[in-house]
Amino acid sequence: MDRQFFIRVIACVALFITASLQAASLETIVIDRGGVNQIKIGVVPMKMDPSLATMVDPSDIVSNDLRFSGQFAPISRDNMLSMPSSPAEIIARDWRILGAEYVVIGSAMREPTGQVSVTFHLYDVPGQKQVMMQKVSGRADQWRDIAHRVSDLVYEKITGVRGAFSTRIAYVLVQNAGTSRARYAIELSDMDGERPRTVYSSTEPLMSVSWSPDGRRLAYVSFETQRPSIVIQDVRTLARERIASFSGINSAPQFSPDGRQLAMVLSRDGNPEIYLMNLADRTLRRLTRNPAIDTEPAWAPDGRRLIFTSDRGGKPQIYGLELATNLEERLTFHGDYNARARMLDDGNLVFVHRSAGIFHIAWQDMRRDRVVVLTRTNLDESPSVAPNGAMLMYATQARGKGVLGVVSIDGSVKYELPSSSGDVREPAWSPFLDPLSGR
Amino acid sequence: MFKERLTSLIAITLVGLVLTGCAGKKTPPPAPSEDNTSTQTTAPAEAAALADFGADGQPIDPRTGGPLNRTFYFDYDRSDVNPSDIAVLEIHAQLLNRNTGKSVVIEGHCDERGTREYNLALGERRANAIKSFLTAAGVAASQIESVSYGEERPENPGHDESAWSRNRRAIVTYR
Repeated sequence: MDRQFFIRVIACVALFITASLQAASLETIVIDRGGVNQIKIGVVPMKMDPSLATMVDPSDIVSNDLRFSGQFAPISRDNMLSMPSSPAEIIARDWRILGAEYVVIGSAMREPTGQVSVTFHLYDVPGQKQVMMQKVSGRADQWRDIAHRVSDLVYEKITGVRGAFSTRIAYVLVQNAGTSRARYAIELSDMDGERPRTVYSSTEPLMSVSWSPDGRRLAYVSFETQRPSIVIQDVRTLARERIASFSGINSAPQFSPDGRQLAMVLSRDGNPEIYLMNLADRTLRRLTRNPAIDTEPAWAPDGRRLIFTSDRGGKPQIYGLELATNLEERLTFHGDYNARARMLDDGNLVFVHRSAGIFHIAWQDMRRDRVVVLTRTNLDESPSVAPNGAMLMYATQARGKGVLGVVSIDGSVKYELPSSSGDVREPAWSPFLDPLSGR
Repeated sequence: MFKERLTSLIAITLVGLVLTGCAGKKTPPPAPSEDNTSTQTTAPAEAAALADFGADGQPIDPRTGGPLNRTFYFDYDRSDVNPSDIAVLEIHAQLLNRNTGKSVVIEGHCDERGTREYNLALGERRANAIKSFLTAAGVAASQIESVSYGEERPENPGHDESAWSRNRRAIVTYR
């Protein structure tokens, strides 16, 4: 326990020298490496075209991505016995000695078209054969997208699960929190915290960011009118539209899996209830009728069911609601505070769980009725699951500041993503994106 | 017009009586004007407003002459009005009943523990608890707007009980 909690290593210093130059980038701090069943992989520095000498070596990004997943233990560059860049140069013995199961090698080129490309080879050490070779290209400003795409391909080839390294996170960044100079921003960055940019900022609070399933729009709550209202904003054009500003609370927006409806919480009829808004004609359907607090709706992956938080039993617990029948069912029974749940593709839940006064992120196995606490910090909230279900991001406190925590879904690997420029909160992991083809 | 004035006069007299009762002091009821003849010619509501509110538009405590308390604190996870706040809330009700042209915004706030959306709802419950008290005391609902900020605007940004107890609050602001 202590070991897991206190081993703190600054990950991949070389890579983050560049990151630290940008004040707003999220840094990475490794809390716990896990260590069991990690796949040893050598990601060899790539042969770079001289015109690309100023760019980050893609192998740094790939290596960091794979480490971030928790399923890989990339071999330190200092320990490599040889640094091949073409398959003919691979000496299998050099990698067997290090215990490597796989080796990634490659080269970066500038194309005659002006585009840049990375050609990589994935080599199976015990099998002594190349298992993958691919060229990934894009514009020079898509350098990191190219590297993340290589990570996705390598990850999927080895694990059989789609990689989620080309995804982004949206989050709320607060500067001077708790003072009269507080400034709130909706930020968007790569999944690893790099390339942050501000989507919207305000002197009034912003909260509850969520993604449309096509990754093109964000919905969030803004107090810009001195009251909470729901705004939808286009990620590319930055065009904004306020779509719910009824009397009382307008909050907790969540796009349906088909993107046509927005679940939300409105208190216009007296107390917080769950509603669905049809985004085509803005009509509302009220789903709950209860004098208690009903809030924090989230969709089941099939779009036929919602889960939400309600204190109708006296304390906040998670309930399910079948849209076809409006039948409601309580889903959590362990502990006196379970809230803000998200449903995984397998039907299991992650949510905020209070035990002995401490707030953690917990995972509930619905079939076995088992609750596993995934985090060990305090004031943990806002869990958001990667689209491939392998990792989970959440908000927590570290050294008196709001930071993002990252944990593998089995709880074994933990990272923190703090920001030097303020408190980070409410991460929302994007759906799968394909930035190289413009998504 | 005349009916309104009459109502205001009655209200002022009643409030005056109630105030002295509440405060348990033997001071004479606050006179809206120095002599009775001018009371009938100048608008009594205006005269009362001058006495009731400070330069910032916020109410004066008739018991002290200083600003009237506008922040009310709550226990953890609770939204019921603290009994010790009732005397001050009654003065707010009297002020609003007497100055029907005035309205208030009640902000509800929470400490950082618990989820943000649940706290937004809890903050609304706190604001509404104050609102219910005022409407039960005769204040028109149209004079009151409640808004919850959940845990988004703490008074104290700390992470301990002393900060949290300051952040679980409702604030009444006149406009």
